[in-house]
Amino acid sequence: MPLGPFKNFLRGGVTSGKGGSPGNGASVPGGRSRFGSRNSGSAENIATRQSRGLDEFFSYIRGQSGLTILDLGGATQQNVSFITNLGHRLYSEDFIQLLNETFGNDDTDQSNPGRIEYFLKQALDYPEQHFDGVLIWDTLEYLSPALLGAVVERLHKVVRPKSYMLAFFHSDDKLEAVESYTFRIQEVNMLQVAQHSLHRPAQLFNNRSLEKLFGKFESVKFFLTRERLREVIVKA
Amino acid sequence: MSSMPQRFEPAEASRGGSATIGKAVRIVGQIYSKEDLYVDGDLEGTVEAMEHKLTIGPNGTVHAGVKAREVVVLGTIQGNVEAHDKIEIRKDAKLVGDIKTARIIIEDGAYFKGSIDIVKPEPAKAAPKPQPAAPAAAPANTPVSAGAPAKP
Repeated sequence: MPLGPFKNFLRGGVTSGKGGSPGNGASVPGGRSRFGSRNSGSAENIATRQSRGLDEFFSYIRGQSGLTILDLGGATQQNVSFITNLGHRLYSEDFIQLLNETFGNDDTDQSNPGRIEYFLKQALDYPEQHFDGVLIWDTLEYLSPALLGAVVERLHKVVRPKSYMLAFFHSDDKLEAVESYTFRIQEVNMLQVAQHSLHRPAQLFNNRSLEKLFGKFESVKFFLTRERLREVIVKA
Repeated sequence: MSSMPQRFEPAEASRGGSATIGKAVRIVGQIYSKEDLYVDGDLEGTVEAMEHKLTIGPNGTVHAGVKAREVVVLGTIQGNVEAHDKIEIRKDAKLVGDIKTARIIIEDGAYFKGSIDIVKPEPAKAAPKPQPAAPAAAPANTPVSAGAPAKP
């Protein structure tokens, strides 16, 4: 499969002149909160690739209908159509836009308990065991430890036992700048990935730290992609 | 006065005209429309245009439950939306609320927060034709339960 426009930045470089200078040791042209909505239609590069994580996610819900799925990546036509055509009810949340609106440029705010509670109320105020699946995409990479812990705790409450979540994490823990993406479902195992501006990841993860992060969940399964992304299936 | 020209004719409007709420207008209350409606002002309450198209213009801000045949959003809606034909959320539009519709179109750059229920419209049922006589296999006096399993 062609790596397309992602191969350089995923090895510590960037592909686009608009994006700024290469990753390692370079300044981040757009701070975490300075990129716009990932749904703004201003993607610089678009590629389509296979996704074993997505395939796995859909394999669990295949053959069922009427499930309740939460998509934290913001509403896109492709994802809405794909999920609803399978007969499921879709909840959409633009997690990153909400993060920007709530915390703005202030990194320290992400550890403020009041702000965290406010964010959870805005983003994940759902009844317990409400969802049969959650498409988290890469949104958790934007969260600093205190906020991340609170979000994962809340996710654990709002998903039903035995349901599944799909999350993406960069597997290169030396990156100082990573792209923000929009993920659009093409098929059950195929994603269109649109990359946007660079951002500084709040933290990077290895397998052990991910297992610890999702310690309350029943199981965590990893798929390492050729683009150095970890696709993670979390079972509640 | 009888020689004054009529400036508004309900009969004409009901044949497919469109009503507009301008951007300098604020309405609090319930709106029932029997024609297409374009809202570019502020609206708070409920809007029903069951057989018609409701358009929220780029300056429109609607805090209301909305029911219409078709809804096009260019501005902002905060409230639940039922559009039994389709809903379009255009670029830069914002919709916070739950959607029930048969079809949905979301442009890149639109913001949506809420749930989406796709409700397929029931196929139009033909009016039942009067049966001249009951078929021999199913005698007319045999009671049939609505939930009874079909006989082979």
